[in-house]
Amino acid sequence: MATTSPAAVVKERRGSSIGKRLLEGRAFLALILIIVVFSLLSPNYLTTSNLLIMGSHVAIFALMGMGQLLTILNSGIDLSVGSTLGFAAVMGGFMLQGVPLSAFGVTLYPSVPVVVVISLGVGALVGLINGVLVARFRVAAFVATLGTLYAVRGLALLMTGGITINNIAGDPQLGNTGIGWLGFNRAFGIPMGIVMMVIVALILSHVLGRTRFGRWLYASGGNERAAELSGVPVKRVKVWVYVISGICAAMAGLVLASTLTGADPNAGSTYELTAIAAVVIGGASLRGGEGNIRGTLLGAFVIGFLSDGLVIVGVSAYWQMVFIGGVIIVAVMLNSINYSGRQDS
Amino acid sequence: MSGSEKRNDVVLEARNIVKSYGGIHALKGVDFQVRAGTVTTLLGENGAGKSTLVKILSGVEQPTSGEIFLDGEPVSFASTIEAAEHDIAIIHQELSLAPNMSVRDNIFMGREIPGTFGVDYAEERRQARELLEEMQLDIDPDKLVSDLRVGQQQLVEIARALSIKSRILIMDEPTSALAASEIVVLFGIIRELLARGVAIVYISHHLEEALELTDHTVVLRDGNITAKGEREEIDLEWIVRSMVGENFELGHRPTRYEFGSSALNVDGVVILDEENPHRRLVDEVSLDVKAGEVVCIYGLMGAGRTELLEAIAGRHRLHSGDIMLDRKSIVHMSIAERIEAGVCLVPEDRQRDGLVQSFTVGENLTLASLNDIIRHGMISRVTEKARSMELMKAVTVKAPGPDLMVGALSGGNQQKVVIGKAVATMPRVLLLDEPTRGIDVGAKAEVFRLLNERAEQGLAVLFSTSEVAECLIIPHRVLVMRRGRLVAEFTGGVTEEQILSASGGSPSA
Repeated sequence: MATTSPAAVVKERRGSSIGKRLLEGRAFLALILIIVVFSLLSPNYLTTSNLLIMGSHVAIFALMGMGQLLTILNSGIDLSVGSTLGFAAVMGGFMLQGVPLSAFGVTLYPSVPVVVVISLGVGALVGLINGVLVARFRVAAFVATLGTLYAVRGLALLMTGGITINNIAGDPQLGNTGIGWLGFNRAFGIPMGIVMMVIVALILSHVLGRTRFGRWLYASGGNERAAELSGVPVKRVKVWVYVISGICAAMAGLVLASTLTGADPNAGSTYELTAIAAVVIGGASLRGGEGNIRGTLLGAFVIGFLSDGLVIVGVSAYWQMVFIGGVIIVAVMLNSINYSGRQDS
Repeated sequence: MSGSEKRNDVVLEARNIVKSYGGIHALKGVDFQVRAGTVTTLLGENGAGKSTLVKILSGVEQPTSGEIFLDGEPVSFASTIEAAEHDIAIIHQELSLAPNMSVRDNIFMGREIPGTFGVDYAEERRQARELLEEMQLDIDPDKLVSDLRVGQQQLVEIARALSIKSRILIMDEPTSALAASEIVVLFGIIRELLARGVAIVYISHHLEEALELTDHTVVLRDGNITAKGEREEIDLEWIVRSMVGENFELGHRPTRYEFGSSALNVDGVVILDEENPHRRLVDEVSLDVKAGEVVCIYGLMGAGRTELLEAIAGRHRLHSGDIMLDRKSIVHMSIAERIEAGVCLVPEDRQRDGLVQSFTVGENLTLASLNDIIRHGMISRVTEKARSMELMKAVTVKAPGPDLMVGALSGGNQQKVVIGKAVATMPRVLLLDEPTRGIDVGAKAEVFRLLNERAEQGLAVLFSTSEVAECLIIPHRVLVMRRGRLVAEFTGGVTEEQILSASGGSPSA
């Protein structure tokens, strides 16, 4: 039997053991520290407009992070989310530019809601491929999603010949305006990206904490064999987490594209690592079975506020990478200290 | 250094050892002596402190207070390596071999023999072969540990400890995975070691084994030593009474009621080894269990009991044959569907297959029956808590509440949680694979009482065991499996010899 520390012995609710609270507390303190430091360094940091801009960036990391959280909870990982982000953005841009159907001699201009649905569907499709590879063909998640990372990025580049699709604002005559709505527009003064992040966070939080699926997911991540013998449909759960991760990545892609009013096939490159970083900083265990949405959001905020802070202060983009890398390393170290008391057989 | 001390001289002594983990007092002031050339058996229920004590003696843990004396000199071990330098070796209950490495590499792990260009593998191989031959083990030192049967793996673990040539050897449940013939070999090795003057500390739940080997017996209960006895003074009753504190029985066969109709019917089932399709893990097995019947399958390791039970539960595909629940075939059903239909398995290895370690007691208990705690489409925490507490009471899980992490429970209580999870699905047929493995005598009795109660209410129980005593006392019928086939069936009045000879094991030496 393992020697567990007394603090880890009693668990109040899913994701709220005292040990985890301490780790999340650290992330929260780090966030406060970041905000304090940067607001001292720059008068512009804490302005409403900057906070909202940072919020939009956080939203992208958070959307990807929340999808990633699900795959990590399942003892897997999704390296393809950055590519899916780019691919979905490009898909959206491609459709908004007009889809020429030469066989019929017409060009199709789907409306924005249709574009959104199809782009999310594309994300879901990539997720489905990942899920089937991992669940049915038993390919290691790392390897499967690494493969999709390359393949999907390649498809995105093929679609645009490598160039950014720029005129995606649309034409009122064609009825396909409004992509800017996703990134630019605000509901009660809050950018839509942030609103979407909050909505997705609420939905996934509910799913994880209060539904059968959430319980299945935590069980599969904690001990897949035991979960299976207890009647949990582990394969189905596996496929779904990758589908959801794909959809979240696609959503992030649309938010990003509308923010930039441009669909860049290289968009999202290396964002998968940021997504994983957000999940880890938020206290999830890379072994699976431990972690929650609140933590991932916190992680996204830490990364977003830190990198934007560095930009405002004028730190070179290369130093930004060093900083973020440092934060990730520290977070993983703290994670392994937090989880080292538990022994798995 | 052997030979310089006389037999029965105290070589290792622990005085007033206290060990606390936060608010949990595992050892409350224990005095313990280990004497050269003798076996000191350490007995006690799960959670009594046996493993804690030997971990302290072997350097895995440090005592909160108290002293250890080696040959009269005070010592302290900061690590197992320091303990090994003082010639103390421990064989753990859980195997600590590296499955991806060979037997030879495992035996010399951390103590590789240096040669001119790195490790002298040839010399290691030679020594390993010698050692294995001495132990009468027909194992090729170059074979990967993962290719060995669990019993063989355990013997390799023992070989490794022996190769250290320690003066003091601590063995924690060394026979848990061994077949009867392998146990005979082990006891022979132990006797040789005793002749050489080695002092042995032996921990086991198999009380008859302990009785056979023991020179000095020490019983731990709740962190205190409650009884000590010499070989001539004690018997099985004395041990049980010292451990549990009262006179009790393991259980009895449930009677006083009629069986119902056939609940589970297995017909001509054949299961092939995935890695070697010519080998039949289960070979044309047919059996029938009626509602209210308690049927036991006895067999040695490798007999196919686990594969059979897992196949009934839905984990393995059948090569041929049929499985029927209430006369309806279930072979096309998934594990989840079979649970829904009323068949549930309590697996052999509760850590690997039974419990989700990151879950609480309550979350584990309700995992197989989540539909029962859903209200308005969501998991209702109130219902979950109520249901968990109900189940904890029903299977007598001793814990302050359902929100405790399941890993904090003792082995016996963890097993009850797994059983509780299965019981919560309201099964028609309950399958249990070695339900009393690694749990103390008190918990065993509670498990059987539980099964009897449910059987009386109409549950069909099919369990497997490798303890003959259980076959004699509990079930209505005993089936014996050997190398995948069902070779014998006994009802009432069967003797130990009959069961053992049918299974191919030899009577205990």
